[in-house]
Order: sequence, then C-alpha cells, then structure tokens
Amino acid sequence: MDLSPFWLSIRLSITVTAILLLLGLPLAWWLARTRSPARAFVEAVVALPLVLPPTVLGFYLLLLLGPKGPLGPLLEALDLRLVFSFPGLVVGSVIYSLPFVVNPLKNTFREIPEGQLESAATLGAGPLDRFLRVVLPLSASGAVTAAVMGFAHTLGEFGVVLMIGGNIPGETQVVSIAIYDHVEQLEYAEAHVYSAGLLVFSMVVLVLLYSSGRARRQARFR
Amino acid sequence: MSGLAARFELERGAFTLDVDFELPARGVTTLSGPSGSGKTTILRCLAGLERPRSGSLSLDGERWFDSVGGLDRPPHRRSVGYVTQTAHLFPHLDVRDNLLFGLRRVRERAPALSLESLAEPLGLRSLLERSVANLSGGERQRVAIGRALLASPRLLLLDEPVSALDLAAKGEVLEAIERVLCDLTVPCIYVSHDLREAARLADRMIWLDGGRIVAQGPVRDVISNPRLPFAQDEDAESLLIGKVTAIDQEAGLACVAFPGGELWIATTELPHEAEVRVQIRARDVSIALERPKAISVLNILPGTITDLTQVKASPSQVLVSLEVGQSRLLSRITRRSARELGLTVGLHAWALVKSAAITK
Repeated sequence: MDLSPFWLSIRLSITVTAILLLLGLPLAWWLARTRSPARAFVEAVVALPLVLPPTVLGFYLLLLLGPKGPLGPLLEALDLRLVFSFPGLVVGSVIYSLPFVVNPLKNTFREIPEGQLESAATLGAGPLDRFLRVVLPLSASGAVTAAVMGFAHTLGEFGVVLMIGGNIPGETQVVSIAIYDHVEQLEYAEAHVYSAGLLVFSMVVLVLLYSSGRARRQARFR
Repeated sequence: MSGLAARFELERGAFTLDVDFELPARGVTTLSGPSGSGKTTILRCLAGLERPRSGSLSLDGERWFDSVGGLDRPPHRRSVGYVTQTAHLFPHLDVRDNLLFGLRRVRERAPALSLESLAEPLGLRSLLERSVANLSGGERQRVAIGRALLASPRLLLLDEPVSALDLAAKGEVLEAIERVLCDLTVPCIYVSHDLREAARLADRMIWLDGGRIVAQGPVRDVISNPRLPFAQDEDAESLLIGKVTAIDQEAGLACVAFPGGELWIATTELPHEAEVRVQIRARDVSIALERPKAISVLNILPGTITDLTQVKASPSQVLVSLEVGQSRLLSRITRRSARELGLTVGLHAWALVKSAAITK
C-alpha cells in the first residue's frame, strides 16, 4: 500500500495553511475595518472560489502559470516551474482555500468593539502593537477555526489540484486524486483505505474544533 | 504657553461643531450641554480619534493637530487618558494587566504614578488578581480610570464615566474620582449632564449647545447663570466656594466665609480653614426688601438684584439673581411675590437662607 499520497496531502495542507494565515490575517483585518470602495471588489475576488467550479479556477491558473501564459517568461526567468509541480499545488490551493480562512477571521475581527481598540490606542499602543496584543488574543478562537478550515479544505481539494498538478505519484498525487485514480481502475479496496482515512480525520478535526471553540467563545466581551 | 488651546471645526451631516477654547495647565473643567451638542465629539478630537475638518490643538505649547500644516499626531502618541461610559477593559487580561497596559507603554519619561499609589484611592487592591469578566459596573469604571491614569496622561478626558451606573455604584465611583482628581497635575475635562457632579468636581465649566460654546468660566458663575438651562432646573442651585472660619460645636454649625459674606451651615465635621463648596438650592432662598428682625433664618445676606428670569416650566415662578459681594445667589420665588415686592434689576435686597437647607 502506497502511503505517499497521505504524506503529500498533509505536507500540502500544512504549507498552505501557514501561507493562508500569513496572508489571511492582514487581508481579513483590512476587509473587516476598511471603508475603502475597493473593499467590495476584493471581497468578491476572495469569495470567487466559493461559487466557481474548481476546474474553472484550475484551468485559468494553468493558462496563467503555464510556459506560454502571461506569467510564463517571468517564472522561467526565476527558474520556477509551477504547473504539474508541488509549488503549483500550493499556489492553486492557497487561492482555492482563501475564503475559508479569510471569512472566519473577518467575522471575528468585526466582533471586536471599536472601543477596545480606541482604548488601546489612547493607552499608547500603536497599530501593530494593537493588532498583536489586543486583536490577536481576542481573535484566538476565530484564528483556530480559520486554520482548521483552511487545512481541512486543502486536504479535500480535488479539481484545482488535478488541473494544475496533474497526477504524478510522489510529486502531485494527493489523497483525493489517488482515490479517483483507484476507483477508475476499480481498485475499491485501496480507494476505501484513502477515503475512510480522510473521513475519520475530518470528523476528528471538526469535533475537536467545535468542542474547544464553544468554551472559548463564552469568555469573551462581557 | 502652558495649558491646552483647541480650535475645532467639523461637519457630520446636519451637525456642525465650531469651538475654540483654552484650559489652564491643571484643574477640572466640566463640559456640559444637551444631548447631541458635540461634547463627545470634542473629546474624540482631543484624543485624536476623530479628525476635525480644520482647526488646531496644542498642549503646553506642543502642537498635536494643525489642519494648516497637515499635522495630526495619532492617538497613541498623544498621552491622553480617555475614559467613557463603557469601561472597554481588555477581556483577555486580568485586572492587574489591564491597569498596567498603558503604564508599560509610557515613553520618553518616567511614569507619573505607580499602581501602588492608585490602589488605595480607587479601591483596587482586592481586584488586582481578578478576571475582568466578573467585575461589577462600578469596579469596571474604577479599573478603567486607574488604567488611564497609570499611562501618565498629559490630558485626562472623562466622558460621563458614571452615567451608566446605578445610584449606589455612581456614588462609589464619584468618590473615587474625587480622590484622584484632587492630586491631578494635568488638565481634565469631565463631560456630565449632572449639575451636582459638576458642582462637586469641577473648577471651570463650558456650556455647549448645537456645537457651539454658549458659556464658559468658573463653575460657580456658569452653574448659576440664569440664561442657561441649569438655572431653569427644578433643583437649580448656586455654588459658593469658601473657607471654614469658625465652628460652633455646641450649636453644630460651621461658619463659611466666601467672597461677599459669611454663611452658617449645619455641619461640624469640616476642619478649620478647609475649602468648602456650598450648594444652595434656589428654592431654599427667600428675598426681603428690608433686613428682617426676629426671624429663625440664620443667614441674611445683603445683595443687589442683577437679573429676573421667568421659569419656563412653571409660569407662576421667577428666578432672581442676586449679587452678593463677588458671588451670585439664585432665588426661586413666585411671580406674585416678585410683583408685590416690586423687584427690579438694580434693587437692593436681602437673601434669606435657612442653614438647615444648605448641603455641603
């Protein structure tokens, strides 16, 4: 039994979650607070993966990042191959899972009363200080939710990954694609192992998430 | 130049704010006026939380805001203590860490106060290790005031800090505020609707209406200004500030000398030479044209009538302003008495104040 799709999926999910948090925290903070007219546009772009079929996203990414695409020459100059490679999977998954990380963060950030931040400001805390010492601690449960959603969603991703990564064992063949592969070849036993593994893993993660999130939420904003 | 100088102009929909004022380097100024007159907006402009369309602001000669030069120092670099109706304590920190939040961020100079020095007057000692989630409303406000003071502000802004509290908590927090304000060495602005709070805490008063300053000056002048709504109030009062000059232990009375005369008030608990604020309700002051003899009233003060104003809420009554020395006394009497006595501006008259009616 080849376990490499499992390891690849987990490696991909961890990498993508880390990037999503780095990207999502400032982006969600901006979206939650800004009055800029650009907000609606940015929010729509972030939410696109929720409504578009993953294959559409994967198709355009393939064209964009491919050797003949608009970014092709640039990537070539940087000696970076994004299509049919692990880095390509990361790029595709980051875009595809972005709303699952940004939306819970944005909602948590919006719950923080303006007065808390104004108090912190008059007490001498600058913008970064306020974000690190007030916003983040108050958003811990939202950030955990966001990270878990990003991780789990990346783990289960199929369409984008198939379009941009293909099905190269050990390089781009993640669990979801391995399942499809085995089913196509009528190897149901192997498909079962991968599927049941994902099912159990997702269930455990969600149960942990919901049981810890409730306890934490009760202690806020009294 | 020491003290604060501010000039703000701003529009918010139909509301326009246009104020220009100065504050001395220390002392408490009450900012009063009807709802929507711009009190909170002024405080927010002072704290840097709101940007006026034009104007300027400087403290002790240091510019914080100037629309001409495009200068706008952000709130975290202004050293302003700002306490509102809602304490806005940080729920993820305990009481001690809330209190120290600002203190730990004091830059460029040594903190003016220590947690130790505020624990007593604000009654914080038993709260320090507690979580902020289970503090009472009064406790939350005391922590919020302590937190603001520990940040060593150069300007303290209190925006109705007790108005959301129940009566008992209000008294407790007001006493705490009184204790810390008397040692304060920076200017303080205290927004309040309450006449008695203002009379008790403030040295100066600014009366705001429709985004403009209608009156400002020493609190005893503004509070008893017959043209302002305080004087029209059912509980309108004059404020006399004086010193205890004699105590009659046997009678249970203290004599207070104020600019313009002496008053006997029903207390012996005050130390000799102590400064006292005597609040006299306009309803408790009667007027006579001649000095009465054989009367129970102890305080009979000579004065000159400077103003007669109709009480808007009750047509049967008028408000008489008397100049007693350099102080002003308000008297609320019936219109009929005023007519029968022939009271007019400029007339010499006697104000009669029962000692039993005076509150300290």
